[in-house]
Order: sequence, then C-alpha cells, then structure tokens
Amino acid sequence: MVRDITIGQYYPAKSVVHRLDPRVKLVSTLLYLISLFLFRSISGYLVATVFLVTVIRISRVPFSFIVRGLKPVVLLLMITVLFNLFLTRSGDVLFHAWIITITEGGLVTAVYMAVRLIYLIIGSSLMTFTTTPNELTDGIEALLHPLNKIRVPVHEVAMMMSIALRFIPILLEETDKIMKAQIARGADFESGNIIQRAKSMIPILVPLFVSAFRRANDLAMAMEARCYRGGEGRTKMKPLHYKHRDYTAYAIVIIYVIAVFAIGRYLPLHIWIF
Amino acid sequence: MSIKLEHLNYVYSQGTAYEKKALNDICIEIPHGEFVGIIGHTGSGKSTLIQHLNGLIRATSGELYYNGENIYREGYSMRGLRNEVGLVFQYPEHQLFEIDVMTDVCFGPKNQGLTAEQCKERALEALRLVGLKEKYYNVSPFELSGGQKRRAAIAGVLAMRPKVLVLDEPTAGLDPKGRDDILDQIAYLHRESDITVILVSHSMEDVAKYADRLIVMNRGAVMYNDEPKRVFEHYQELEKVGLAAPQVTYIMHDLAGRGIPVRTDVTTVAEAADEILRAVGS
Amino acid sequence: MDMVQTEKLIFEYEKRDEEGNVIGTSRAIDEVDIDVQEGQFIAILGHNGSGKSTLAKHINAILVPTQGTMWVNGRNTKDPEELWNVRQSAGMVFQNPDNQIIGTVVEEDVGFGPENLGVPTDEIWQRVEDSLRSVGMIEYRHHSPNKLSGGQKQRVAIAGVVAMEPKCIVLDEPTAMLDPVGRREVLKTVQKLREQKKVTVILITHYMEEVVDADKIYVMDHGHVVMEGTPREIFSRVDELKSYRLDVPQATLLADELRKRGLKIPGGILKKEELVEALCQLN
Repeated sequence: MVRDITIGQYYPAKSVVHRLDPRVKLVSTLLYLISLFLFRSISGYLVATVFLVTVIRISRVPFSFIVRGLKPVVLLLMITVLFNLFLTRSGDVLFHAWIITITEGGLVTAVYMAVRLIYLIIGSSLMTFTTTPNELTDGIEALLHPLNKIRVPVHEVAMMMSIALRFIPILLEETDKIMKAQIARGADFESGNIIQRAKSMIPILVPLFVSAFRRANDLAMAMEARCYRGGEGRTKMKPLHYKHRDYTAYAIVIIYVIAVFAIGRYLPLHIWIF
Repeated sequence: MSIKLEHLNYVYSQGTAYEKKALNDICIEIPHGEFVGIIGHTGSGKSTLIQHLNGLIRATSGELYYNGENIYREGYSMRGLRNEVGLVFQYPEHQLFEIDVMTDVCFGPKNQGLTAEQCKERALEALRLVGLKEKYYNVSPFELSGGQKRRAAIAGVLAMRPKVLVLDEPTAGLDPKGRDDILDQIAYLHRESDITVILVSHSMEDVAKYADRLIVMNRGAVMYNDEPKRVFEHYQELEKVGLAAPQVTYIMHDLAGRGIPVRTDVTTVAEAADEILRAVGS
Repeated sequence: MDMVQTEKLIFEYEKRDEEGNVIGTSRAIDEVDIDVQEGQFIAILGHNGSGKSTLAKHINAILVPTQGTMWVNGRNTKDPEELWNVRQSAGMVFQNPDNQIIGTVVEEDVGFGPENLGVPTDEIWQRVEDSLRSVGMIEYRHHSPNKLSGGQKQRVAIAGVVAMEPKCIVLDEPTAMLDPVGRREVLKTVQKLREQKKVTVILITHYMEEVVDADKIYVMDHGHVVMEGTPREIFSRVDELKSYRLDVPQATLLADELRKRGLKIPGGILKKEELVEALCQLN
C-alpha cells in the first residue's frame, strides 16, 4: 500500500529535465503552478496542457507512473469537485432535486478545478520524479539563501529535509515490523470504533517514537563525530552551477507563462463542453 | 501441535518490477516438542519463512498445516493460530511500549481476552521463566539494560502460553554472557514446558549446542534438513554459501587429516574434548 | 608517538529522578590509563555496560573526562580550541549501520565529512573516490544506502571516516548488528586499511575472534581496565575472561579444557591451526 505512493519519489532516467539545475526546476514548477491560476478559458488550458505534456515527454518518465501518483489524492479531488459542483450557484440551473442543485457555473468551475488540481499535482510530482532528494534540498538551500540575512537557518532547514528524506523509508520499514510484532502478540488494528482504533495504535506509536528518538540521537552523534558544525565554513561536494541549458530552460518557462497569460486572457475561446 | 509446510512458495511484490522469489518450494515438517534450528545468511528467506508460521505472511502458493489443519482454508482463525504460535522478532525490545514491564507482558494475554487476574498470573509465570528479577516488574521497560529488555520482550510472547515458540535471532547484539543466558533459558523452557522451539540464528555454535534438528536455508530454499551432526558433515558446501560449521568441527577434521583417529561428527567443545582424550589416550 | 593516551580518566554521569533533579552520580569509567601508539591495532573488550563504548566516545571528544585527561594525537580533548582537530584525527564508526549514514546517496555520504572540514570541491571528489575504493564500495557510489546490506553500510561508514584522513579510526562495536558474512567483510576492510594507510585502529567489540591479531588488548569491566596484554597473554586466562562475562574462541576453549584434563598443551592458543599443531606434537 505504502509502495503505491509515487509522489515525492525519484524516477531515475537520463533526460534533459533530470540534468537541469534543481533551482531551475523549483522556480519553474512554482511558476507553472502560479500560471494555472492566471486564466479561466479553454485556450489557456490548451497551452498549459501542451506545455505539461511536452515536458513529460522530454523527461522520459512513463505516463503510467505519473498517473499512479494521482491515486492517493483521488479522494481529495472528488471532494473538491463535489463541493464546487454543489455549492457554486451561477448561471442556468441544469439539475434540481431535493436539496441538490447543479448550475452551469458550478459544473464549469468543478471541471476547471479538477483539471487545475490534477495539473498541479502532476507538475509538482514531475519535479520530484526528476530531481534527487539531495539536489532538491541543495536547490532549496541555494534559493532561500538570501533569507539567511534575516536569520532564517536556511542550511539547517535544508539539512533537516534531507535527513528526513533518508529516514522515511527506514521508519516505514520499522513501522511495518512493529505492527507485525504486535499482531503476533494478538493486537487488533482493524476492528472497533474510531476511538478504539486510535487507542490500538499506541503499541505502534510508542515504540516508533522511541526508535525515532534513538535514531536521532545516534545520528546527531555520528554527525558531530564527522565534524559537522552547521553551514559555516562548509564546502560542497556538488556545488550548483548554472549551465547553458539552465538559462534556456528559464527562458522557455518565462515564454510559456507570458503565452498562457496572453492567450488565456485575450483569446478566450469560450467553447463550452455542453 | 505439528507444523507441516507443503510446496510453499512466496513471491515478493508479485506483478511489479521488484518481483522477487523469497521462498521456493519449501517442504518441511516440524513435529511437536522438537527444538529446531534454522540457519541461513541474511536474505536466505529464513525470516520470511517464520512469518508464515503464524500467518503474518500468506504464502503465494502451497499449503501450511498446523496440527493437521490447513491454515489457508476459508474461515480458519488466524487469531487462534497466533495464540498458539508465538513469534519473537529480532530485537524484540524495540516493541516494548507500556508504562511498566508487568503491563507490557500482560498485553498479549489481554488481547487473548483473559481477565486482569489471569493476565497477571500468566505474566508472572512468563517473567519467572525468562529469569527477570522481581524488582524490575514495576519498572518502565525503557529503564532496563539491553539484556533485561530482551527478556521482558520474550516474556511478553511467553505470557500468551504458545505451544510453538519461534525466535528470530534472540541473541543479536547481546554480549557473550547475555547470549548464553538467553539460550540457556530457552533450552530450559523447552525442557520444562511441553513446547516446540524454532530458533533462527546466525551462529552455528549456538544451534549445534541446542537444536535437535537443523534446517539450513539458502536462496529461499531448504538446503539441508537434518540432525546438526549430519548437516555439519557438509561443511565445505556450507562454506560455499557463506556459512560454516562450528570451529571444533574443523579442528576434528584437521586432526583426522593429520592421522589422529578422532570422529569428525563433533559439534560442541565438550564432545570434542572427550573425543580427543579418547583418541590421544588410547 | 602516542596516538591516544589517557591518564586516570574518570567519567561520571548524573542520575536524575523523574523530575530531572540530580540524585547522584554514576561512574562509567574509573581511573582508566591506556596508551596507544601510532600505527597500532588495539582492541578493547568488555561486556555490554562495561564502559568500553563510553571510553570510545572520549577518543572522539563526544564525551570529555569528568576527571583526568585524554590526549588524542597530542591534543587534550578537554580543550575546546582543539575539538575539531581531535575529531578530525580520530574518526569514529558506530554500531548501528543505519543511524550513522547521513547521505541519501553513497558517495554523498562519504563526502559529508570532507565537506564539514571545508575541503575544496575537487579534492572532496578525489577523497571520496579513494576511500570508496579502499573499502571496496566504489561500484556502489550512486546507490541509496537503504538498499545495501549491513556489512556494506558499515563499509560506507568506514569510507566516510577514511575520507576525513584521520590518523586513528575508532570502531565502536561495528559488527554487533551484522551477520557472519557482514562481520567478515568489515574486519577484512579494517585489516586492509591498516596495511594500506598505516592508520591506527582501536576496535571495540565483544567478539573474541575479531581481536586475535591485535597488538594489545584491554579488557574492561565496571569502568575499570581489568586485563591488559597481547592476545596470547589474555587468551591464556580463560576462566578470568569468563568471569568478566566474555567468551573465548572455541579453539582456545577446547585447548583450555584439554589442558585441565591433563593434556600438555601450551597456554594462549588463539587459532585452530595452533591447537591442531599442539595436539599432533603430543602424539
């Protein structure tokens, strides 16, 4: 079950997108996400779709892999769609029964919202698929570096992120082990009401926390033993340097944002689906 | 309370790119009351195998009979099976969670639906069996030393009064004395109460000393299934798969090779001493 | 030259009650004197809780003495000015392979130490490559540590220390959580490092088989050094070792048993070949 979650995973492949500087990918993803809210017309969606599909193709991440990543958020998606569908009241009433009213505006908003959310998730997972956790933290550290001036511990935050990423699989495995051990002692995690179920998690959570603290303690000691003393005076094994392709990527993304804004605004193309 | 595995197979992540055959056509029978050692290096499938014994993992194909009953038949009570087959995982002290040792040991019996009175009775019995001193009963399990924690955790499984006790490397990480203490305690338990013991271990010396029978696992399959003496006769084959016979077995082979008339099917120090004295004395 | 030296080293930690008030002190190390020369292979034996790991943590200045002194490479570990020099000259490998690897990729983990030391980028790459090669893990450089076996993880941890170019490596029960194959891997790696890099090695363990090649063995119990000598000297005192909750290799045990039962076998047998030889001499 845990294995189904592909969001945040890295998908190793040899592509230009993989090779891009993580800062480019972070900034571009952010711009792409913002761009999704810059328009409200079919033409805008077309541009965003073309852009997304092209990037996916270039990245060589299989489409099926990306779709699988959507599974865990289906519920969230449904809720959003239903809320928009039932609670938006604008335009002609298309359907009315008992307390349920569906309006034309509601339907349009729901569809737009769904597409927007899906694009949002695909866009951001595409970034993690093509960027290793380390590159990602390096990228974040570099981008947020200016915040150092206002005493935000940027290096420490980045280090914490990268350690968290390393320990997630270890702790997942550990959870599995503890769960099995407690089942072997007759624990029942599946029956009972919500309070009973929550209570039945204690035999898993306590050992898990104890273990996490023990690991944290060990790790802190190991880091100190290897002369870790924060970001000061540290050099980098893999420093970030912009290359030619990174500037090209920036340029393309900026052109895309302008295009989506301009086309979405001034070429409305209101072809309603119904 | 016999256990019988028939053509048991287990495949990890079947149907995905990570598919891996973990157990391959396992056929073994463990009669009631036996002390069985399971040996194999990491990844040989021994941990996967023992998790089948109490139904934590379901075989991909093949059958598992407990006491003559197929545990995979519809309606079979896995809960009931888990009450009978106690499984002590590796580093079991990592699963302790209650406020004191006593309460923690009561967790199993409580899940079995026993009254508080009965739970306590079971817990006391189990704690005595593992040899944990009374002054620790009301102490937080997290304040105990490594060896004591391990005992408390084993007691947590024993308190369920299993008829089959499966232990996955119960001595991992302990010092030599702690290791011998735990193993002696398990051997005592096996003698005193009418239970089957299945001991998974890396140490040939340990299993040679205690087990009636040895199952050697390699790459998910049973490589040998015989008395320790018979198994260690294949010491050269064992070496090829990253295992080894106890050091004394090698000494006896070397001595025999040098013309000293000793038996070579010796697996413990005491036996070896007797045998050498007999040969040299004559 | 003295690599590691202690003088009447005492370490006490405070015992606290549930509210966190100090209710007394407990002595984990009591007046320990050890002396390790550059290039030596030293073993520290002791059961769990004997104080051996606490002593090891002093060598890296993770802990500092309550009383007495510890010098590492001529520097007093109590001197805050020398802290990073001490840690750089005495690298440390810990017991749990999972809890000491920081990087999510093998090579990045090995680069962690040099990064902290402020080594220039090009040199970091050089050092990472060299140290991964010296522990035989170069082909795993792009792997995730989570996919490695215990023995491989420990070798990565050793490479991480080697990349800091220490003069001395302290291994605190590096094999306690490994299976026999992993244990052999780690020991072989350590031996190779001693030969190639002439580095001083301090191995803390409770597996006797691992220390038969040591130059000197210290046995600890209750915070004291209770035995000190060459492996042969130490292993000839089987009953004493057992009283300290330790164990001896089967060959030594068998030799001792035979000697007790009247056979004329020399004391301090370490390896099976020696016992076989001694028995053949008898005939």
